[in-house]
Amino acid sequence: MTDSFMLQDYAYVGFFCLIGVIFVIFVFFLSRLIRPHHPTPDKLESYECGELPIGSAWVQYNVRYYLYALIFVIFDVEVVFLFPWAVVYRSLGFFAFIEMLIFLAILIFGLVYVWKKGALKWV
Amino acid sequence: MEILIFSILAIVAVVCSIMVICQKNPVASALFLIATMVSLAMLFLLLNAPFLAVIQIIVYAGAIMVLFLFVIMLLNLRRDEFGPEKRRAQRFFGILFVFLLLIGMVTVIEVGIFGSKSTETVSEATAPAGVEPLAQLLFTKYLFPFELASVLLLVAIVGAVVMAKRRL
Amino acid sequence: MLAFVIITFVKIAVVLVVFLLLIAYLTWLERKLLGHFQVRLGPMRVGPHGLLQPIADGVKLLFKEDIVPANVHKFIHNLAPLLTFIPALIIVAVIPFGSGIKILGYEINMVISNFNMGILYILAVSSLGVYGLVLAGWSSNNKYSLLGGLRSSAQMISYEVSLGFSLIGVLMMAGSLSLVNIVNAQDKFFNWFIFRQPLGFILYLICAIAELNRAPFDLPEAENELVAGYMTEYSSMKFAMFFLGEYGNMINISALATTLFLGGWHGPFLPPVVWFLLKMVIFLFFYIWIRATLPRFRYDQLMNFGWKVLIPLALLNIFITAVIMIL
Repeated sequence: MTDSFMLQDYAYVGFFCLIGVIFVIFVFFLSRLIRPHHPTPDKLESYECGELPIGSAWVQYNVRYYLYALIFVIFDVEVVFLFPWAVVYRSLGFFAFIEMLIFLAILIFGLVYVWKKGALKWV
Repeated sequence: MEILIFSILAIVAVVCSIMVICQKNPVASALFLIATMVSLAMLFLLLNAPFLAVIQIIVYAGAIMVLFLFVIMLLNLRRDEFGPEKRRAQRFFGILFVFLLLIGMVTVIEVGIFGSKSTETVSEATAPAGVEPLAQLLFTKYLFPFELASVLLLVAIVGAVVMAKRRL
Repeated sequence: MLAFVIITFVKIAVVLVVFLLLIAYLTWLERKLLGHFQVRLGPMRVGPHGLLQPIADGVKLLFKEDIVPANVHKFIHNLAPLLTFIPALIIVAVIPFGSGIKILGYEINMVISNFNMGILYILAVSSLGVYGLVLAGWSSNNKYSLLGGLRSSAQMISYEVSLGFSLIGVLMMAGSLSLVNIVNAQDKFFNWFIFRQPLGFILYLICAIAELNRAPFDLPEAENELVAGYMTEYSSMKFAMFFLGEYGNMINISALATTLFLGGWHGPFLPPVVWFLLKMVIFLFFYIWIRATLPRFRYDQLMNFGWKVLIPLALLNIFITAVIMIL
């Protein structure tokens, strides 16, 4: 497979994305042309079970979400390292096995640490 | 053709990164930062480094930016909460970093125009197009940095828990 | 060269139309099946057995008034539906739905782009899908929406990790990231990865449901506590975009499951494309069946299950696969 051929493959994906985006924008535009538009102040109120909303929704919330996101970033990087490893595993054999064992052992230690510290506990 | 695609992507990347600092709302800034990351990924693709491009999207645009968004939404800072007293230090460091950035840009442009030896290493690094050559190198020649990465990630996990633990 | 361009255009057009039709009729299938599961008939009025119902729904949504509440962040509020649907749409570009055929002497691949890292492309694009939900929730400036958006994003990122891990086993055995190569590695019935990676397959199925925010993992929408979560403040075509995105992702996940575990287009007698669609419909049926059967998780159960059960199991699966391949 030559380089130019590969670039062509990316171009197809890019082309498909472009047509997809154009299609979606077209549908929005079409809908804007034909739908009614009669806003009233009551209609533009935020929904809160039929009552008038109390305060803004933009408030500070639980720190736990942040912690999960942080742990996710770390594990995501780990997954990313596994992909190239999986592809060459057959050709590298036992050597690759030991390598990944060490890599994962260190990170599983991290998972156990987080677990024991109670950071994965949702209350 | 390649120049055309490159220019479009480069312009998008630059415009989006300018929008990042021009937005009033930090969530909108984060959104433009994601757009910048994605257009950078396209530039990697143009350099025939698809793996790098995909990683850029998965890790930076898909994972780190989620974290950014969570932090921004978690704090929900309003304009009046910033407080005026830090402005002076901010301004000083701002000017300092702009200066450093300028030096960096001038160096890059200088290398680009006068073409020093370093261009050769760039083409070498991007030569393997698929993931196999990259993986072969990563798990044989660059084995030690790879294993070190796991230690780095471990430190990050422990650090995250220690920092957050105080507030749990 | 011209013929090549025309073929590509036709292919893209056909794939887009078929994909949208599949989404439309998936909503019909879901309502019909749920009806029958609950000993009802489901949609019956519009067309024979309600077959024209999706079209009627689509036209209705197109004509609906678009209500944007006064205190939303307008720009992001408008952008979020796009960010949900477009990732779902562009994933289709790398899914191979048949082997190559010859028409009038032109070799035609039944895939839009044989990108040599198809599976990573899918993961990358679907990782961007989180933003649509979280931004929709945040920009609406509504408490239900914010909670729904946060819940769904935390859930999706948690299960994304185990989803990634569950695919590794298949990739190790196939030795490639290209979806076409992975399908070609399953040419015989007993080579299908569902038999060689049973644990990986089950993990994939579970994580996929969580990624789709479907029952029993549908906490972000939880209609009886969060009134549809991040979608609360959306109406008209924007609301439709969330629905299209959700059902589009359902089709993508099923197509990917078919490709990775059920041998893709391989099968006797019938043409490859038909086999592919058949296997895909089995998965779709399965997901709808689960929705009709299982009650919803609690949020702490959901997070615990993801981090403390699925991730260790997925790592175990990789370990077992590695040991078996060494021996």
